[in-house]
Amino acid sequence: MTDLTKNSLNENVNLIRQKKIKSEELTLAFVENIKKGKKLNSFITECNDAAIASAKNFDKKPNFDGLLPGIPIAVKDLFCTNAVKTTAASKMLENFVPTYESTVTGNLWSEGAFLLGKLNCDEYAMGSSNETSFFGNVINPIKENTVPGGSSGGSASALAADLTPATIGTDTGGSIRQPASFTGTVGLKPTYGLCSRWGIVAFASSLDQAGPMTKTVSDCALMLEAMVGFDPKDSTSINKKKENYSKNLSQNIKGLKIGIPKEYRVDGMPKEIDDLWEKGKKFLKEEGAEIIDISLPHTEYALPTYYIVAPAEASSNLARYDGVKYGYRSSKGANLIEMYEHTRSEAFGDEVKRRILIGTYVLSSGYYDAYYLKAQKVRQLIKNDFDSAFNNVDAILTPSTPSATFKIGEKKDDPISMYLNDIFTVPTNLAGIPAMSVPAGYDKNNLPLGLQLIGKPLGEQTLLNIAYVIESKSNLKQNISKWWEK
Amino acid sequence: MSIDKDKIKHTAKLARISLDEKKIDNLSKDLSNIFKFIEKLNKVNTDNIKPLSSILDSSLRTREDNVTDGNKRDEILKNAPNKNEDFFIVPKVIE
Repeated sequence: MTDLTKNSLNENVNLIRQKKIKSEELTLAFVENIKKGKKLNSFITECNDAAIASAKNFDKKPNFDGLLPGIPIAVKDLFCTNAVKTTAASKMLENFVPTYESTVTGNLWSEGAFLLGKLNCDEYAMGSSNETSFFGNVINPIKENTVPGGSSGGSASALAADLTPATIGTDTGGSIRQPASFTGTVGLKPTYGLCSRWGIVAFASSLDQAGPMTKTVSDCALMLEAMVGFDPKDSTSINKKKENYSKNLSQNIKGLKIGIPKEYRVDGMPKEIDDLWEKGKKFLKEEGAEIIDISLPHTEYALPTYYIVAPAEASSNLARYDGVKYGYRSSKGANLIEMYEHTRSEAFGDEVKRRILIGTYVLSSGYYDAYYLKAQKVRQLIKNDFDSAFNNVDAILTPSTPSATFKIGEKKDDPISMYLNDIFTVPTNLAGIPAMSVPAGYDKNNLPLGLQLIGKPLGEQTLLNIAYVIESKSNLKQNISKWWEK
Repeated sequence: MSIDKDKIKHTAKLARISLDEKKIDNLSKDLSNIFKFIEKLNKVNTDNIKPLSSILDSSLRTREDNVTDGNKRDEILKNAPNKNEDFFIVPKVIE
């Protein structure tokens, strides 16, 4: 019998539509893998019984109208799910049970999917290795003792290990694309405003975007189509007609102009990544795209800008965790202020505290102009770089990350070397434009590497089409030995 | 710029986070390094550049001032760590 969990999402959707398999059969197969996959620590909450019940309900009265009929899906534990614990991987929300559903997960359920579980991530999505989670680090199924990337590390790990047929993450500075690259999967950060932020635990509101993480590019198109949509409950939601990304997916990229920014060739980047980039260019040229050298002169300032803007917004967003309305409360403290201080000290982890302090400092009286306002101005220059580049090109091709996955613990004690992981992904969040990572090869240790495509605002279809070409020409056969089941 | 222990203590006070003495040393070192890194921005000429606070071109939408939701008392109180009937309970604030 074929292993359903190895199928692409599209294959499983088709099998269900053709009534060749039942939702229950599919769900049981994933539940079985989840039970055997505990070593990876990719789940915070398993919803096995509820998922099987949902599958049985679907089979009793199947409805094939939606894009995801009878499909179980596990999601990053940053999306609020009605009556299911939502922790943001923090002690602060260890026992928080939302009474509402995030818009994006609600959209998936309206398309016929149901919840399979909540996936581990960095605490409040702050991290690039999934080592800041209160619930412990996640392991990359590609290789024992390596990180899956972060912050959507549990999502990437569960997907690559066949514990969920597809998943969703959030991306504030690379949190979908970097873990996708580290695990040999596909991840897309949409244009800011395309997916509603309502019901997602907030990190940095002007940068946060939800997006799909999948095994294939066509799965990515399908999931994106299911997630997006105007939402009056998010004041930054874009009001536009839904696109049919799946139907319009095509490998015809003839005549497209692809920019290669010279600033993304950084010192000390492994040769394999440079080679991979060259290979990507060759693939696109072969299909009739035109490769054009471009410059994004402010690239080197993106990371410093991000480490002002994101912590500033985080310090403001996380001010709500005061031990009063919901979440953890310390039993210490003689008065209200002391209770706040102990609550936040006991329930936030070190990285979260570090970022709250950076953010509070750059916003504090006397420093605001020198740091925060300066960063907002440089952010404008970074956006201008992309705007002028897109006068001449349709998309931009770069590596997704400056290295492959690394060992657990390797960068944990050096915040800056950890932050450098996101050097290629952060600029697009600052500019609000879409970007995706597609697997394209391996480094010398056989660890996966991804290429990143960056697009114009609302240029998701172009990115998907180019990624489709890269996927088909790379023709990678992911062969993960299930070492964690032993 | 170096972020000394007094600055850390003051910022932690503003952020309502209590810190152990021994954590303050580490934070002072980490934050000093991070600020050294972000101060690279001082090299950029930003004269006459308007600060970007939102990447969306239009201003935020407004809506009609209609009631669309409500009667959620129980849901709002549901996750409170300490409550009494219709109220959140906090340590005494008035002497």
